[in-house]
Amino acid sequence: MSAKIKVEKLTKIFGKRPKEILKRLKKNQSKEKIFKETGYTVGVKNVSFVVNEGEFFVIMGLSGSGKSTLIRCLNMLNKPSAGNIYVDGEDVVKYSPSQLREFRQKKAAMVFQNFGLFNHRTVLGNVEYGLEVRGMTQEERKIIALETIESVGLSGWENKYITELSGGMQQRVGLARALANNPDILLMDEPFSALDPLIRRDMQLELLDIQSKLKKTIVFITHDVNEAFKLGDRVAVMKDAEIVQIGEPEDILNNPSNSYIENFVRGTDRSKVLQAKHIMVKPNAMVNLKHGLKVAIKEMESNSISSVFVVDDNRKLEGIISIDSAIEAVKNKRTFREVLTQDYFTTDEETYMEELIPMAIDTKYPIAVINENRKLMGIIMRVSVLSGLIQDHSI
Amino acid sequence: MNTLFDFPEFFTINIGQYVESFIKWLIHNYDFFFDAIKEGVLWFLLHARSVFMWFPWVGVIIIVFILGWKLISWKSGVTFAGLLFLIGAMGLWDEMMLTLSVVLVAVVIACLIGVPLGILIAYNSRFGAMVKPVLDAMQTMPSFVYLIPAIMLFGLGSVPAVFATVIYSTPPAIRLTSLAIKGVSKEMVEAGNAFGSTKWQILTKIELPQAFPTIMMGINQTTMMAMAMVVISSMIGAKGLGLNVLQAINRIDIGMGFEAGISIVFLAITIDRITQGIADKYKFPK
Repeated sequence: MSAKIKVEKLTKIFGKRPKEILKRLKKNQSKEKIFKETGYTVGVKNVSFVVNEGEFFVIMGLSGSGKSTLIRCLNMLNKPSAGNIYVDGEDVVKYSPSQLREFRQKKAAMVFQNFGLFNHRTVLGNVEYGLEVRGMTQEERKIIALETIESVGLSGWENKYITELSGGMQQRVGLARALANNPDILLMDEPFSALDPLIRRDMQLELLDIQSKLKKTIVFITHDVNEAFKLGDRVAVMKDAEIVQIGEPEDILNNPSNSYIENFVRGTDRSKVLQAKHIMVKPNAMVNLKHGLKVAIKEMESNSISSVFVVDDNRKLEGIISIDSAIEAVKNKRTFREVLTQDYFTTDEETYMEELIPMAIDTKYPIAVINENRKLMGIIMRVSVLSGLIQDHSI
Repeated sequence: MNTLFDFPEFFTINIGQYVESFIKWLIHNYDFFFDAIKEGVLWFLLHARSVFMWFPWVGVIIIVFILGWKLISWKSGVTFAGLLFLIGAMGLWDEMMLTLSVVLVAVVIACLIGVPLGILIAYNSRFGAMVKPVLDAMQTMPSFVYLIPAIMLFGLGSVPAVFATVIYSTPPAIRLTSLAIKGVSKEMVEAGNAFGSTKWQILTKIELPQAFPTIMMGINQTTMMAMAMVVISSMIGAKGLGLNVLQAINRIDIGMGFEAGISIVFLAITIDRITQGIADKYKFPK
C-alpha cells in the first residue's frame, strides 16, 4: 500500500494577509483569540495525514470544524496559506495554473454537497462536462458519458434536465460527472448530507459497490458518525481546524483519544459499526475430526465448555459436538461423524453485529465465523454479542 | 439678509462652459475618430435600411405571426400581425420600417458595448463602482440633452440619432448583464473550477448560459428605450414614425399625430412581447 496523498503541516487562513496570522499560530494562539483580535478565520491549522492508494478516507467533524476547507485545499479550490500537499510525490501547492488545471481534469474530481450541477444542461451534458473541458471530441465523450451514466443506474435519463430529477438522482449525476473523468482521486464533500435517510443509505451502499469495483482513492467528508464508520477504511476526526484523531473506525470507537471524540462517538449505534471480526475470539478450543471422540471430550473438559467445533486438517468446519452427545456416542459405539450436529449459525467476518443479534438469541451454541472456504476463523460467544452493545467507554 | 435668500451671483461656476469646450476640443483633435465611427454606423444603417425596405410587407407580417405563435401563443401571433397590418393601413409602413432599422442598429451596437461591459463589471467590482454613477447619469439625464453633443459630433441625420439612442439605451444591457453574471450560483462556478476549466470556459460554458435569460431581459429593456429615443431623435434628423409626430406637432395636426403615435405604441408592444418571449423561452427551471 503506497501513499497517494500526503498532506504536511497544512494551514489555511482566510483573509488578505495570512503571513501575520501564521506568526500568531506559531506562538500557539488559539483560533478564537486570533479571530477576536484580527478578524481572520483559521480554516485549517497545521494538519498532516496520509491517504493510501485505494483507501476510503473519511474526514468527520461538526460544521465549522474546517473539514470542507480542508478538502478544498486538496484540489486547491482553497489556496493553502502554508504547508504541502503531495499527490503521487508531486507538490500540488507548487503547481502552475495549467498544471493545476490538468491535475483537476485528470487526477482529482469532486462531488459537492449541494451537487453543483449545471441546470442549463441535461444529465448527459453535465456528465460530459469534465471531458468537454479537456477538449475531447463530442463522439468520444458521449460514449464515455453514457457508460458512466449507466454505471450509476441512470440509463434512460440522459436527456432529462437536472431539475426533473429527484435529489438522490441528482447526486448520482454528480457522482457520474466525477467518475467520467476517470480520476485516481475522488473528493467528496458531504455528498449525501442533503439526501433523506433512506436514499442516503442506498447511495452509501452503491458508493461502496463502485469503490470495490474501481478502487479509487476516496476522501470523503461527513458530519455523520454512522456514515463515517460505515464507509471509511480510516477516519480522521476534526475539531477547531485540527485533526484530533486518525484511525480505523473500531480504534476510534474503542479508544477515543479525548472527550470530544467520546461525545461524538456516543451517538453511534455500535451494532452498525462493529463487525463479527471485532468481537470474535480465536478458536483455541477445537477438535480435529480424525482425533476422535475421546479427544473431543477431553478438550471440552479442560476448557470447561459444553460444546466444541469440529474441523478437518485444513481447519475446515465440519460441525459441532456437545458434551452430552459425545459421551453418549462413546457408550453406544457410534462414530464421531454420526453424532456431529449442524444445528448452529455461521457467519463471515464482515457481518455487522445488528445481524448477529437475532442469531445469538436463537441458538444455544456459539456462532462460527468462517471464510469463503468454510475455514473456521473464530467463534462468537453469545454473551459477547450482547455485551458488545452495552460497552460504554465514558465510564 | 438678501444674500441668504438669493444665491450669491459671484459664486457661479460655469460648468456648462467647460463641457462645451471639452466637446469642441474632442471635435478638433479627434475628428478622424468620429468620422470613422460615422462611416461605420452609416454603412451598417444603410444596409439595414435597404434590407428592411426591400423586404415585402407580407413577409414581415408572416414572420411576426410565426414568432408570436411559436414564442407565446397563436392568439399573440394573430394580434401582432394585426397590429402591424393596422400600421400599414394607416399609410405608415415605410416609416415603421425606417424606425425599425434605426432601432435595430442602435440595439446591436448597445449590446456589443453593454454585454462585455456588464461582464467586466461583474468580474471587477472596483471598475463597477467607477462605472455605476456614469450609468445613473446616462439614464436620468433628460434624453433631449444627448441630442446636442450628437449633433456637434456627427452633424444632422441618422448617425447622431443612433449615437444618442445608443447612449440612452445601453445602461439596462450593462446593468442586467452584470447582475446576471454576479447572480450565477457560486457552487456551479466552483464545480467548473474543480473540473479544471479555464476562465474562458467558465464564462462561456457556465456563466453566460446561466445568465442568458436575464441578459435577454436587459436586451428587451434596451430595445424599449431605443424605441422611445428613436422617436425623440427625429428632432435631429432620424427619419421614421418620430418625424411624423414632429411634423404633426409643428402643424398642430391632431389626426396625423394620433396615427403616428398609436403606430409607435403598436410597434413597441410587438417588439416588447417578442423579445420577452425569447427571454422566457430560454429560461430554465430554477
